[in-house]
Amino acid sequence: MLRCLADLDVNQGSMYLQGVQREQMPPTEWRWQVGYLPAESRWWSETVGEHFRRVQADILNQLGFEDDVLGWQAERLSSGERQRLALARLLSNQPRILLLDEPTANLDPVNTQRVERLVTDYLRRHQAACLWVTHAADQIERIAGKALYLDSHGLAGSANRT
Amino acid sequence: MIHLSVFDLSLAALLVVALALTSVRIYPGLAWQLLVAALRTAIQLTLIGLVLKALFANSDLLWVGLLSLLMLAVAGREVMTRQHRRFAGNWGYGIGVVSMFVSSFTVALFALIVVVDNEPWYQPQYAIPLLGMLLGNTMNGIALALDRLTQSAWEQRAVIEARLMLGYSASEAVSGIRQQVFRSGLIPIINAMAAAGIVSLPGMMTGQILAGIEPVEAVKYQILIMFLIAGGAGFGTLAAVHLAVRRLFDERQRLRLDRLQR
Repeated sequence: MLRCLADLDVNQGSMYLQGVQREQMPPTEWRWQVGYLPAESRWWSETVGEHFRRVQADILNQLGFEDDVLGWQAERLSSGERQRLALARLLSNQPRILLLDEPTANLDPVNTQRVERLVTDYLRRHQAACLWVTHAADQIERIAGKALYLDSHGLAGSANRT
Repeated sequence: MIHLSVFDLSLAALLVVALALTSVRIYPGLAWQLLVAALRTAIQLTLIGLVLKALFANSDLLWVGLLSLLMLAVAGREVMTRQHRRFAGNWGYGIGVVSMFVSSFTVALFALIVVVDNEPWYQPQYAIPLLGMLLGNTMNGIALALDRLTQSAWEQRAVIEARLMLGYSASEAVSGIRQQVFRSGLIPIINAMAAAGIVSLPGMMTGQILAGIEPVEAVKYQILIMFLIAGGAGFGTLAAVHLAVRRLFDERQRLRLDRLQR
C-alpha cells in the first residue's frame, strides 16, 4: 500500500496533497513530496555522498554520523548504517509526507531512539505528516499520534493516542 | 575469376559436418543447431541468389521495395526472438522494426541517392546488397541493446525504483543502464572499424577481391559500407533504446516491468 501512496504501482482512487490532486502534479514532484522509505534501502554509487542530492549535516549528526560519512564506501555499510543513512537521504529531500516502512528494524536501542527523536523533530519543524509501519508495540507507545492495527484481513482497529 | 562448382562447396561443407560430428558428444543440441544453420545458409543464399538474378534482369522499383520490406520484416522477427525478456504485444516486434526502418532505410536512401548516385537510384545491384548489410548490422546492434536494456532493467528494478522514490525522473533513474546499453550496441562496429585491415579483412571486401575486383576499388566500397553501417547501427540503436525506455515507464513514470514477457 505504501508503494501505491508513493505512486510506484498502478493504483485506483484519488489522492490529494494539500488540495492538489496527484495527477495534476508531475510524478517526480509527487515522490519528492511524499517520501517513501522502503524496508530495504538501495545503494547504486560508490560513495555514500553520491546518493544525496542535498546534504544536511544536522540530520546526519542527529543520526550519530560525522560529516566524513559522505566519503564512505556504500558497499561496506552495515545494515544499521544503511538504514539510518537511507532515512537521512530521504529527509534531506524535505518531503511533506513520510512513509516509513519499519525504519528501525535493524537498529540497536540507542539508534532507534535517535531515529524516533529525529523523525518527531522533523515532523514538528516541517509541519509534515508521517505513516510509520512497525511491529514494536513499545514504539507505538512512544511515537504514535494515532495507531491503526492491521491483521491478515485488513484494518483491525484504531486508537487515538494524543 | 575461378568459378566454384557444387563439388567445391560440398568439400567446404565437409568442414561443418566434421565439426558437428566432433561436438555431438559434448553438446548434442548444439551440433544439431549447427547443421540446421548451415543448411539454412545454403538454402537461403541460393534462393536470394535466384531472386537477385531475376531482379537484376528487370530493375523495377516496386519489386525492390517489396524485397526491402520483406527483409525488414524478417529482421524485425529476428530482433524479437533474440530477446530474453521482450515487450508484450506488438511492442516486442514494433520497437525493433520501427527503429530499423528509420535508421537503415534512411541511411540506405542517403547512400544510394547522394553518394553512389546511380541511374536509376534504386538499381537492385546496389540497393539490395547495401540495404542487406545495413539491416544485418543494425539488427545486431538493436537486438543486443534491447536485450541488455530489458535484462538490466529487470535485474536492477530495485535500484531504479529506489531512485524514483527519491524524486528522480525515469530518465535519470535509468541513465547508467542506458549508457551501458548504448555502448553494447555500438561496440561491435567500433571494434570492426578499429581492427579493419590490420587484424581482419572485412567480408565484403574479401569477396570482391576474390571475385577479381581491383583491391583499391574494393577498399573504397568497404570504407563507404563501414561508415554507413556505423551511422545505421548507431542511430538505430539510439532510436530503439529511446522507444524502449519510454515503454518501460508509464505516464506517471512508474517502472512497468509487467509490460515485459519471457
